[in-house]
Amino acid sequence: MFKKIMVPVDLAHLDVIEPSLQVVADQARHYGAEVCYVGVTATTPGSVARTPEEYQQKLEAFAEERAKVHGQRVSARAITSPDPIADLDDVLIKAIDEVGADLVIMPTHPPKHLDVVIPAHGGKVACHTSASVFLVRPQQD
Amino acid sequence: MTNDNKAPEANAGSEGIPAPEGPANLIDTDYVIGQDNITASPLGVNVDLHGKVFTISSLVILFFVIITLALQDQVEPIFDAIFGFLTGNLGWFFLLAANIFVILAVVLIFTPMGKVRLGGAHATPDFSYAGWFAMLFAAGMGIGLMFYGVSEPLTHFGTAMGGTTAEDGMRTDWSPLGAAAGNQEEAISLGMAATIFHWGLHPWGIYAVVALALALFSFNKGLPLTMRSIFYPILGERVWGWAGHVIDILAVFATLFGLATSLGIGASQASAGLGYLFGIPDNDVTMVLLIMGITAVALMSILAGVDKGVQRLSQVNMVLAFLLLAFVIAVGPTLMIATGFFENLASYLVHLPALSMPFGREDANFSQGWTAFYWAWWISWSPFVGMFIARVSRGRTVREFLIAVLLVPSLVSVLWMTAFGGTAIDQVITDGFEGVKEAALELQLFVMLGQLPLTQITSFVGIVLVMVFFITSSDSGSLVIDSITAGGKVDAPKPQRVFWAIIEGAIAIALLLGGGLTALQTAVITTGLPFTLVLLAACYAIIKGLMSEPRSG
Repeated sequence: MFKKIMVPVDLAHLDVIEPSLQVVADQARHYGAEVCYVGVTATTPGSVARTPEEYQQKLEAFAEERAKVHGQRVSARAITSPDPIADLDDVLIKAIDEVGADLVIMPTHPPKHLDVVIPAHGGKVACHTSASVFLVRPQQD
Repeated sequence: MTNDNKAPEANAGSEGIPAPEGPANLIDTDYVIGQDNITASPLGVNVDLHGKVFTISSLVILFFVIITLALQDQVEPIFDAIFGFLTGNLGWFFLLAANIFVILAVVLIFTPMGKVRLGGAHATPDFSYAGWFAMLFAAGMGIGLMFYGVSEPLTHFGTAMGGTTAEDGMRTDWSPLGAAAGNQEEAISLGMAATIFHWGLHPWGIYAVVALALALFSFNKGLPLTMRSIFYPILGERVWGWAGHVIDILAVFATLFGLATSLGIGASQASAGLGYLFGIPDNDVTMVLLIMGITAVALMSILAGVDKGVQRLSQVNMVLAFLLLAFVIAVGPTLMIATGFFENLASYLVHLPALSMPFGREDANFSQGWTAFYWAWWISWSPFVGMFIARVSRGRTVREFLIAVLLVPSLVSVLWMTAFGGTAIDQVITDGFEGVKEAALELQLFVMLGQLPLTQITSFVGIVLVMVFFITSSDSGSLVIDSITAGGKVDAPKPQRVFWAIIEGAIAIALLLGGGLTALQTAVITTGLPFTLVLLAACYAIIKGLMSEPRSG
């Protein structure tokens, strides 16, 4: 049903996306889909990498690592933005078409009041793309 | 060069990846951006802050607001005395330093080092020329041109006409250089040269030095985008300790109070303009509403980000400012402005050596009271403007950067001053209209426009311009403060930016109602002294940094 899964990842906060990576692995195996890991980084040096090139390398290494887990074909795409925090949604929505993904799997937080002012990325992406979007909530204890 | 010293938490699955080959020439440091940061989620709001810089600068800011409010009469003379000492006794130092910045910036344009590209040889610009230039200008001096474009040429023209007066061998007049007593033509020429001097190469040279140093050490050397990175060539690894914390805290202090005080003063000016134009009562309620309105729009712009927020607003403002300029040129004394542009430019270049001379000045009132004051002012603004310019300049070559940050804005300043100041002077000379001269500073622009057709429309455009320039300043300022207090991260959670924008507005309102705006502004300008040292360090860092960079063809 799905041929290419796009997975936005934040290399600085891997702990947050851990549960959704498991979902990605299961879905990728189930549909035999290729997985494209997308990272959005600032053009300025950050905690993960000091240049966009370095970020791309780290993302590729991360994708290879994941390939070992789920055994599906992977690709990695680092996108730079002068203001990644503000532009994240738009950049991801554009990337969905660019990588030709038909399913997006990303983590999101449970709904909260602050969403009125600062909407959740996952919800925003789902509103503006024709691809299917799978939002993974953090596991309830 | 290897690059295997990453943060432990960022290392998952990517151990020992080398730094990219070729274009970048990263500095090998053990420091990892964000390593001193504190992350937490109080009340469900994520924060990611540099613990020491954030905490101490917040406390210092709180302390200064409280003492300025509580002990207003006591602190104002202290700040004034410190500032009087700085401009009076160290005026030469500011003048000398500013000359060094301009010379370095001009020389770099013509050296092979101008070929170095910010962000590495293969970097591409993040913004179009139009967006980039609009942001440079809006951050740099948009608001100042609105307020002083009319008044300063007129003032210098007036004092120059008045000639020199002396008492006990000391000059008591405020005219630049040797004045031009009774010689109208020469007084105009000298007045315009003096004004352009304060708004031309020197301020932009100051910004260019800070911005270039930051851009170079951040984009090309891989250091965090905060003021302390400039000191890396001098202090080495020690910049990550207290020496660096102090520099960053000082930058936060200067930026936040610079913004808050000018937001307060700007609100009183905008309120005066609204009162003049529409008869809206010019009182505290109007000003508080203005500050809240400006802050609210700035918040929306902050949430929209650099690309869709500041950039778009800056472009809107560029168009409005250009229309206003074109209008004044078209309906004002067109021919005089056209020829005046070249005459004033020539006059500026002729008088430049004498005006920028740090030593043996006879016009102490002018060189200390005007020039040294301006230099301290520009320098205290430079961390904010410089960091913002740096952030949007990735992908430009050093030459391109310096032409766009130094030469083009200087020429725009010449044109702007010629059009607005020249029209006001012309109104005095040709029409014998003294209204502008007699009007309060914040109303001079509107009184000048009042003598031209379509007053209501142009004055309204003027007020809108003032407000939007404040919005872009508040917006870009919050981004800068946030990234400094987040240890150089530009991708820290959004609520932090919101926090700083609200604090800025709140301090402006508190000081406006409680008094002490001007006292605190004086305190901000005194930070010009330590930052002059930072800028001199930046000059050394730029040369050292550029020498080790590969040059793009």
